[in-house]
Amino acid sequence: MDLGSQLATSRVVIVAGKGGVGKTTITAALAVAAAREGANVLIAEVEGKSGLAEAFGKPPLDYHEAELAPRIRARTITPDDALVEYLQDHGLGRFARRLAKTGALDVVATAVPGIRDILVLGKIKQLERSNTADLIIVDAPAAGHAITFLTSAAGLLNAARVGPIRQQAQEVVDMLADDERVSVVLVTLPEATPITECVETAYALEDRVGVALGPVIVNSCTPDARLLAGKWPVADAATTEQLLVEGTRAEVELDGAAALAEACTFHAGRVTRETAELARLNRLLPLAQLHLPKLAGPIGLEELTVLADRLTYERAT
Amino acid sequence: MSGGDQSLHGLVHDATIVLCCGTGGVGKTTTAAALAIAAARAGRRTVVITVDPARRLASALGVNALTNEPQPLHGWEDEAAVAGGSLDALMLDSKTTFDQLVAREARTAEQAERILSNGFYRNISSALGGTQEYMAIEKLYDLHTSGNYDVVIVDTPPTRHALDVLDAPARLLRLLENPLFRTLMLPTRTPLRIVGNALQGLLRNIARTVGAEVLDDAVAFFRAFEGMESGFRERAHAVETLLGQPTTAFVVVTTLQRDAIIETRYFADRLHELGHAVNGLVINRVLPKFGSASPESLRIRAASLAVHGSPAGPPGLSDDARQAAATLADRMQVHAALRAIAVREGELAHTLGALIPEASQCEVPLFATDVHDLEGLSVLADLLGRSEDQAPEAE
Repeated sequence: MDLGSQLATSRVVIVAGKGGVGKTTITAALAVAAAREGANVLIAEVEGKSGLAEAFGKPPLDYHEAELAPRIRARTITPDDALVEYLQDHGLGRFARRLAKTGALDVVATAVPGIRDILVLGKIKQLERSNTADLIIVDAPAAGHAITFLTSAAGLLNAARVGPIRQQAQEVVDMLADDERVSVVLVTLPEATPITECVETAYALEDRVGVALGPVIVNSCTPDARLLAGKWPVADAATTEQLLVEGTRAEVELDGAAALAEACTFHAGRVTRETAELARLNRLLPLAQLHLPKLAGPIGLEELTVLADRLTYERAT
Repeated sequence: MSGGDQSLHGLVHDATIVLCCGTGGVGKTTTAAALAIAAARAGRRTVVITVDPARRLASALGVNALTNEPQPLHGWEDEAAVAGGSLDALMLDSKTTFDQLVAREARTAEQAERILSNGFYRNISSALGGTQEYMAIEKLYDLHTSGNYDVVIVDTPPTRHALDVLDAPARLLRLLENPLFRTLMLPTRTPLRIVGNALQGLLRNIARTVGAEVLDDAVAFFRAFEGMESGFRERAHAVETLLGQPTTAFVVVTTLQRDAIIETRYFADRLHELGHAVNGLVINRVLPKFGSASPESLRIRAASLAVHGSPAGPPGLSDDARQAAATLADRMQVHAALRAIAVREGELAHTLGALIPEASQCEVPLFATDVHDLEGLSVLADLLGRSEDQAPEAE
């Protein structure tokens, strides 16, 4: 499945991956890509403090929707707020605030592990059902926790035998297993450990949640790695100096040659390793890959547009 | 412990407790292990507590698997190692640690048994957010007070709220002393009618929402737990005092990625709020500098070289020369891109330093592969623990 058709068919896209791989950036770039195609997008931030709004030049998010860009809204969904809302929706409005304030969520969450995740996913399900947006993009918790986050509903089904929470969990399980409603986009880096973890997460999610997996997004790839890879068989100082003498006598000072050679050697080494890691990912995980370039500057609207272009026009490999 | 150094030499020699904080994926576990090796080589009896279940670290440390009890490691010694040093490691098992804590604090074996077999307790000990943090601190306290170690190094859990470690005991106490719990326990001592109508309604509603059996377990747990809070409270205060000691060192581990920096700022702020100084800042995976040319000047040169190597370039150039200029143009683009990243990293490192001026700042260069064996840890240990006169001049 390519990303375009996935964005068009799944109503909820959950962006998951190990910490530090750039989930939030990818979430934002996916939103930009979808909004440009005319979709109304809602971003749900479940861990808070991600800098998502900052990338759009807006103040930090809260539980109320904020517009980040035309057709892109965003909000946080925290367990506490979701609990209050859940209780209010279930006729317990009088107690809701008080329960939250006394730390009752801790009590309930201890008694029923996974209930925080259910509350958050339940809220996402409710948003999905209410057709508030064409596409809901969820910036999921970091990898290890992402599995817990998405398996909590199934786990709860075993724990709670009756009651509205069980029903909530059942509905969440149903939603996650329906590939027309939900898919997961895994984000990783072209490095050994993140790729190993990405493969493990993919199989865990497929086996234990039964959720549809979209293409894997490999973030922070060395720019034009594939383009340049063939051109750098050797990039030692000698070849670089040779080039300086032959081609460009008039324009380049030789004292830059050592740094230039160092940069080229570094680049060549990195490209070689990245290529090997991407091949390994391809071998271990039969999912399409989309490669996004490493960007030098902080992420702002301009960078998001660059990434959205790549997400839209790059053919997945 | 003096700040502003280029290595963590002072901390490795003087600290009695080292807490490594940082978001996931920045190399925190590796840093903790390397600091432990450096301390052991400095002649100190060292133990490192890791929460990272990755077997690679265990094998890097020369053992098949780590357990919840300290086990001695070998192979870390080098020629320069000071006599008397030792290195133990353990991997935190929260549930076992919690079980031991309950067994110790319980007044009778029956009380311990009632708690350990309770469903609510099992949830607390394995699933409650913050339990791992609490047990890390519990383990730390235990090892520190055992007198067997000069320094205890802790790799904090890689959760977003890693600093919850610091008030984890207090948070558990708050949970145990929650008014709702008190209410749950009331029926054992008080006729139900004394419980306010509102509270009764509250309980009924909770039961209706989450299922009655869940509440029964919770009630049974709190009844079983009665009388043990004071032990927990004393422990929480002792831990708080311990963490406030001047020989407790906080090391923030980061990379120069935007997300990691946001987290570092958050860690630093939280630590400062809690009245702790940040003693060490370890910046992992720092790119080489690749000279000092400005990225812009390199880009301009690359552009002119590209023209030079194109058909639009000077007439009369040999094909070889054109080809060479075109290749060099490409290479210079690569150089420009890497310089741009290096410049940005330099700025970010400077910003971080300014954010935590009191911390010794140690930059660890990007290695070709992840540090995953003793050799790699050894290099890292030398870098973190070298003395000031071995450190390179600051740029």
